[in-house]
Amino acid sequence: MTRPAHNGAVGGPSENDDGPSFSALLEDDAADLYDNAPCGYLSTLLDGEIAKVNATLLDWLGYAREDLVGRKRFADLLTVGGRLYHETHFAPLLRMQGQAREIALELVAADGRRLPVLVNSTVKTGADGAPLLIRCTVFDARQRRAYERELLRAREVAEQERARWQRLSETLQRTLLPPSLPTVPGLEVAAHYHAASPEQLGGDFYDLFPLSDNRWGFFLGDVCGKGPEAAVVTSLTRYTLRAAAVYNPDPVAVLSNLNSVMLQQGNAADARYCTVVFGLLVPDGDGFTLTVASGGHPPVVATRADGWVELLHTPGGQLIGILRDAHIAVASTRLAPGDSVLLYTDGLTEARDPDGSQLGEHHLVQLAQGFAGRGAAEIVSSVAAVLDDLGDRLTDDTALLVMTVGADS
Amino acid sequence: MGVHTRNHVTVAGRHEGPVLMFAHGFGCDQNMWRLVTPAFEDHRVVLFDYVGAGRSDLAAWRPDRYATLDGYASDVLEICDELDLRDVVFVGHSVSAMIGVLAATREPSRFAALAMVGPSPRYIDDDGYVGGFSAADVDELLDSLDSNYLGWSAAMAPAIMGNPERPELGEELTNSFCRTDPAIARHFARVTFTGDNRADLAGVTVPTLILQCREDLIAPLSVGEYVQQAIPGSEMVVLDATGHCPHLSAPEQTAKALRSFLDALPASRT
Repeated sequence: MTRPAHNGAVGGPSENDDGPSFSALLEDDAADLYDNAPCGYLSTLLDGEIAKVNATLLDWLGYAREDLVGRKRFADLLTVGGRLYHETHFAPLLRMQGQAREIALELVAADGRRLPVLVNSTVKTGADGAPLLIRCTVFDARQRRAYERELLRAREVAEQERARWQRLSETLQRTLLPPSLPTVPGLEVAAHYHAASPEQLGGDFYDLFPLSDNRWGFFLGDVCGKGPEAAVVTSLTRYTLRAAAVYNPDPVAVLSNLNSVMLQQGNAADARYCTVVFGLLVPDGDGFTLTVASGGHPPVVATRADGWVELLHTPGGQLIGILRDAHIAVASTRLAPGDSVLLYTDGLTEARDPDGSQLGEHHLVQLAQGFAGRGAAEIVSSVAAVLDDLGDRLTDDTALLVMTVGADS
Repeated sequence: MGVHTRNHVTVAGRHEGPVLMFAHGFGCDQNMWRLVTPAFEDHRVVLFDYVGAGRSDLAAWRPDRYATLDGYASDVLEICDELDLRDVVFVGHSVSAMIGVLAATREPSRFAALAMVGPSPRYIDDDGYVGGFSAADVDELLDSLDSNYLGWSAAMAPAIMGNPERPELGEELTNSFCRTDPAIARHFARVTFTGDNRADLAGVTVPTLILQCREDLIAPLSVGEYVQQAIPGSEMVVLDATGHCPHLSAPEQTAKALRSFLDALPASRT
């Protein structure tokens, strides 16, 4: 073979380089390149029967050519798992798009060893476009597979850690809510807590508990922020409210005391505040007298037995935990049989529907009209269903507390 | 969200024609049927993707709903309900054959007939039953899905989820067919290959066709025969084809066998 005249193309050998080593490179013939390529080559008929295979792959697998050609199908070289994967994904993919790339499989060698490989396959078509055969290149992927296994293991560890953190988070969250609500004679009560994120501790809280003289105290609120720091403040808030109510159950006094405690709790850097409603229920014939005090919290919704909805506005009530003399606003009403009150955090009213508009007070009132004639548990599950429907669009935690006066009390 | 979007339902053919509903098997999506459906343009052809496959809505996936094949059967029934489909001939490939059995058992009046391509009520061998796989084989399959995970996850999952922050991942996607979310595929594989629906077969009351390949690594001939014996009055056609997907490898034969079956159905049913 004579060397073609060199035309001085860029990257070509120098004028004087006509030694035997370079011509050996050019003499590298196609058959040798196929057989002794640094990757495995395999051609099969359309049904997978092996028609041609190179020496490299035979060497990797420890098979003689006559063991494979015309005797086995490509899938026969795979592990059982690989065979299933081949039949359900790889082969269909190849049929439909004419090629499939970087498919991770394991080949089984003659002696049973497993060889992790990456396979690229292309369907060769005739002049009329009809598929004729399938060509595969097979790359040794032992190193890569070991690395992938490591990644997979790391991922599993990370997933376990995440699950552990989630469990811890959920457990902590439960400690911030009452394990169950007490039975109040003449009143049906129900509550719901919707955590927007299973990993993030929320700052919403509520409780209902007996006071002396047959009276009942309750509260519901929202500490600013999320996570462990918010949980610390939530815990402080709950216990302070319970203790303060025992000392002096007047709702304004309870929230004033909470305000003092929260102002004492921290330096400016991690100062936290909250919005909160504290209320008193006093039995009153066949119903209750309800008094609520609010520190910057959205109004309580009262639905009367006939479907009339009232918002118990508490204008001027200021956030708790910021100002030395926070103004606390009070509202009062009587709850007759069949009347319901709903306390909620702003996760509900600020939730956005699919069009992006907030649920807002207006829709809340519409929703509350449907509460008439229904008990607390039913009301809570209907609102919870609304929250569930919002799915990912519900970005904030939401606490709900509903109290319904029994129709026959 | 509607069933249409959830299962990426597509309808073709003659609107007034009898309904042919094609359901794909594990590992692929509705594209699997593209060589067969053109032969049925006189029918109303309904195609869909199971949640987790193809262009279905991945956000609709719930582990508890899809913990058994029943959840997938519910999807089928909800699609029928939403489209108000009646006298449906349900053509199910592979695991979809059993999904069809469950759907037709729950609402027999909805279906005119079942056609099963490569069905298997149980893949794992059991006392006197040859499914073709040992429990260890199936474990290995599930493991191989895991190891393919890294090959799938980076390029495929974000692309089918339409990851807006990383559009380049979608552009790099080469496997435009048979898209499957890897995490959901693993779950689906477990449900499919560890399930046992043998007891459900006797409950099929509609005319049933079993299409079986001469050589099928996943659902061998003996499994097809088992299904044929277990479903009262069913008929089996063995196609001169190899592999698990005759609708791709032998579409004309598959369509022809299906057409003969449809032609022989009582007129009142289609």
